[in-house]
Amino acid sequence: MSLQFNNEQMTELKRLVARYPEGKQKSALLPVLHLAQDSFGGWLPTEAMDYVASLLSIEPIEVYEVATFYSMYNLKPVGKFVFEVCQTGPCMISGSDNIIAYIQKQLGILPGETTKDGLFTLKLVECLGACGYAPMMQVGKVYREHLTKEKVDAIIEEYRQQIIAQN
Amino acid sequence: MGVKLLLEKANVPGIRTYDVYRREGGYVTAEKALKEMTMEAIVEEVKKSGLRGRGGAGFPAGMKWSFIAKPEGVPRHLVCNADESEPGTFKDRYLMEFLPHLLIEGLLISSYALGSNDTYIYIRGEYAWVASILEEAIIEATKNGFLGKNILGTGFDCMIHVHRGAGAYICGEETALIESLEGKRGNPRIKPPFPAIQGVWMRPTVVNNVETLAAIVPIIKMGGEAYAKIGVGRSTGTKLISACGNINKPGVYEIDMTISVEDFIYSDEYCGGIANGKKLKACIPGGSSVPILPANLLLKTAKGETRYMNYESLSDGGFATGSMMGSGGFIVLDEDQCIVKHTLTLARFYRHESCGQCSPCREGTGWMEKIIQKIELGKGEISDIDLLWDIQRKIEGNTICPLGDAAAWPVAAAIRHFRDEFEWHIQNRALSQTSNFGLQHYADPIHVPA
Repeated sequence: MSLQFNNEQMTELKRLVARYPEGKQKSALLPVLHLAQDSFGGWLPTEAMDYVASLLSIEPIEVYEVATFYSMYNLKPVGKFVFEVCQTGPCMISGSDNIIAYIQKQLGILPGETTKDGLFTLKLVECLGACGYAPMMQVGKVYREHLTKEKVDAIIEEYRQQIIAQN
Repeated sequence: MGVKLLLEKANVPGIRTYDVYRREGGYVTAEKALKEMTMEAIVEEVKKSGLRGRGGAGFPAGMKWSFIAKPEGVPRHLVCNADESEPGTFKDRYLMEFLPHLLIEGLLISSYALGSNDTYIYIRGEYAWVASILEEAIIEATKNGFLGKNILGTGFDCMIHVHRGAGAYICGEETALIESLEGKRGNPRIKPPFPAIQGVWMRPTVVNNVETLAAIVPIIKMGGEAYAKIGVGRSTGTKLISACGNINKPGVYEIDMTISVEDFIYSDEYCGGIANGKKLKACIPGGSSVPILPANLLLKTAKGETRYMNYESLSDGGFATGSMMGSGGFIVLDEDQCIVKHTLTLARFYRHESCGQCSPCREGTGWMEKIIQKIELGKGEISDIDLLWDIQRKIEGNTICPLGDAAAWPVAAAIRHFRDEFEWHIQNRALSQTSNFGLQHYADPIHVPA
């Protein structure tokens, strides 16, 4: 199969590239990789990176070196919902260890793993700028803050229901 | 109640929208600046205000602006640094989330002063919803004639573009940010040339923090001299502090820099005291990179004087007995916190965030993490403490960018002030796995030599 942006995504691509001066379309690489990841199932296979390179008229290696540098790009498939739990100082002193252990237990996976049903991936990440609302995690484009065990249960249930509603 | 220049209207319902912001007096300052002031006059006011960069380094903003090169026919750019990633810091997020138009207004005035027709906001990728709020505000401002072509009939064109990063602390460093804005890895550049001469796309560029650029609005509104009268000494104006950790009221506070550290922690207007009735053990007053201080040195200087929440007082005593204002990320640790474990999380953070360009940082941050982890797991040797000290000393000052220093300082300060806690871990290997060193003498009054 061959990955391609649909019309809507192509319009977005043009909007992104137009922000930068003529001939400096490489500047749109980070935003375009976000768009590609969101469009192609939450991660960036080599094919997607090559496609982005062709769209921006740059070499594939220029895309690979960027995609491997930034932590938000997934280079392996991930679950439908990625729990990115912060473990840095301010979250740690606010109890993130307990939250991480609890999520592992509830989902039956270790950090870096995805549940067998393909729904959830657990990732441990560094400071997300939510230190006053700790412990916290990012799921997709939203922050889930002031986490407690009860809240984690409710969040997991919320996403399970979301999937059931979609099917 | 202290003076509020930035957050005064933060609680007005709907202030996020153009209509409410405008009704509350928004964009009046931008009108004044664009219609009645010259570019030079604005730079002059910012110089007079004494405003220091709010991102962490504290460099005078007016001076930074005056360095920008103006070669004929070459576009110049203002870039707003919204890559807020310093652990403990979440003030810019608050400002952008609740007062996006205040930032847009500050950006407009600053873009005019610097002659930037295309201004960029580089925002950390994780703040995706904040980026959407900013994009919305930009659309509103454009519709109402405050962005776009020929703004207010002055002939000045300005567009603001939001550029999302993708997860890299290093991109908060201005030359790494510029590289990233060009679509590359965030590897800091060797300076000189400084961005003011050759920045993004080799064009003259000024990079300023979100809070710095928002502060331009009150400065132009009240005048640089009036702004400089707020605060004390070279700590002029107001500063946003994001307070977190073991306190009753974590959050973002605007202070006028005359308040004592003790009042900031214990008064109900700010942190509201230590949570759960615990005692204060230690604090990192300005984001994870600045030295941690034990309770006694935090509240009083080594001379026994009251310590205040401003640039000079927080750094009183140098690194031996003081710390820094930094980014204003105020992290409070109570008596139950383990300094070894806490330092380990910071060492891991810097190892993860090192861009890998300079060997002392790339290798050193990895070794520091490994050694502290060994101590934390009850497998350390006393000689490891000196080894850690040696490694951090060899990183500091030996790298292209300040991330090396930022990684070295937290480890150095933890050993400097909490060496006996590290020793206790090593001498009580089994016990350290089940219990905690606790408060010990860290809050005892300091002995001031007569």
